Amino acid sequence: MSDTAIELVSVNKWYDKFHVLKDINLTVKSGEKVVICGPSGSGKSTVVRCINKLEPHQQGVIRVNGIELGNDPKPVAEIQGDVGMVFQQFNLFPHLSVLDNLTLGPMKARGLSKAQAEEKARHYLARVRIPDQADKRPGQLSGGQQQRVAIARSLCMEPKILLFDEPTSALDPEMISEVLDVMVSLAEDGMTMVVVTHEMGFARKVADNMVFMDAGEIVETGTPEHFFTNPQSERCKTFLSQILQH
Amino acid sequence: MTRIFLSLSVLLVLTGCSSSQTWGWYVVNPMTASGWVNIKFLISGMGDTILISLIAATISILLGLLVALPGLSDKRGWRIVNRVYVELVRSIPLLPMLFWVFYGLPLIFRSMGLDIPIDPFWGAIITLALSDSAFTAEIYRAGIQSIAKGQAEAAQTVGLNYAQTMRYVILPQAIRRILPPLANQFIYIVKMSAFASVIGMQELTRRANELVVTEYRPLEIYTLLILEYLVLVLIISAGVRWLERRMGSDER
Ligand SMILES: Nc1ncnc2c1ncn2[C@@H]1O[C@H](COP(=O)(O)OP(=O)(O)OP(=O)(O)O)[C@@H](O)[C@H]1O
Ligand SMILES: [Mg+2]
Repeated sequence: MSDTAIELVSVNKWYDKFHVLKDINLTVKSGEKVVICGPSGSGKSTVVRCINKLEPHQQGVIRVNGIELGNDPKPVAEIQGDVGMVFQQFNLFPHLSVLDNLTLGPMKARGLSKAQAEEKARHYLARVRIPDQADKRPGQLSGGQQQRVAIARSLCMEPKILLFDEPTSALDPEMISEVLDVMVSLAEDGMTMVVVTHEMGFARKVADNMVFMDAGEIVETGTPEHFFTNPQSERCKTFLSQILQH
Repeated sequence: MTRIFLSLSVLLVLTGCSSSQTWGWYVVNPMTASGWVNIKFLISGMGDTILISLIAATISILLGLLVALPGLSDKRGWRIVNRVYVELVRSIPLLPMLFWVFYGLPLIFRSMGLDIPIDPFWGAIITLALSDSAFTAEIYRAGIQSIAKGQAEAAQTVGLNYAQTMRYVILPQAIRRILPPLANQFIYIVKMSAFASVIGMQELTRRANELVVTEYRPLEIYTLLILEYLVLVLIISAGVRWLERRMGSDER
């Protein structure tokens, strides 16, 4: 049981009448890396957002670290610190310094002292390879640096699971690799990761499992090897041929 | 610019007409003993006008936030609570609301077995604060809504609860959009505080009314009254502009 980090069983979700997630089944084991890909609007972000309760689901069961996400708000706070999230648009707090961005959660939600939180923050800033930007405002950093700060901010909560929603899509091409490198090194350290991305090089390198979504359904899952060399469904083949062209 | 124009037009009216029979400035002439006494009597209302306005604005600032928050909820029920309050309070003219609070509210208290008298001072403050809170609530709502949704989501994912998210993430960012219009609302309160004269509050307008009754010089006395409000409002709007500049220069 403790072996399973995330479990989605027959999850359905609607936005009003629009059926955005259709019977989603997904299991992520502790330490496993899952990459989700698929065309725009297929529901990738929605899956990830349901896993940390940014969105409610209407049917089915979602369990995170053994805790079921229901309508009861109580376990949510517990989960939201334990499940880190990295957004496409970084979502750093622009009015706070980099250091304060990192210490806010640990101090207010975990009750760490300022000194403890700052020590942790500096540790993780070094971990994402920007040890010397602690006193700047996010707006003074490049996109790649901002996204690495966002990753460090998640890490400061010592999460058991990290979710990424297209972490490199808002970045200039030359900054993508600096963020991917950090993600690869997190993967090597054994972090449980669910990553929505179209970076297929990254997927090949770290994914234990690939998930292909289209129109709110999981169409195909498999190991990267199987996935890239021998996709079963037509939709997946078309998608891969489009995305691997460049 | 507007300030210069205003002072000019006031000057024109005063000097241009002073020779005619219409004006009798002796009534508030500071050079004569009786005129000076009258001026001091008129200005003696200033303290209460300012005090009522300040207390009412403070209450309205707190109450407005309290009213705004349900308006930002995902839950329809909470949003309806906010809309009903804002639409209802906004649509009640100030004078009827004042009468309702001053003459009606004590009866409600009494029927609940409470003996809470409402004097003119608190009657005016409660009315002004209530009436203004609908506007401050809308100012908060607009300011908070202008902060991207991703900010609250990021705060949630680092474990902050609702109150912490508001306090450390949303409000510090929204404040630059909220403070200038909030300060502007203060002008509204100062002007509306004139209605407190109707229930016997000894503020600026009441003083002027009382003097008119004894001196029979409404034109001069009410002109001076208008000038008193003008000075107050000009001081506040100078403060608002200073605030706007500070908020603006703080921008990233
Ligand atoms: N708040 C919302 N209200 C209504 N519909 C929504 C909402 N959020 C998303 N949708 C719709 O749900 C569908 C899935 O959205 P989602 O963001 O999960 O797609 P995605 O796979 O992440 O796409 P992208 O690659 O463009 O990010 C889309 O059709 C989108 O328009
Ligand atoms: Mg998306």
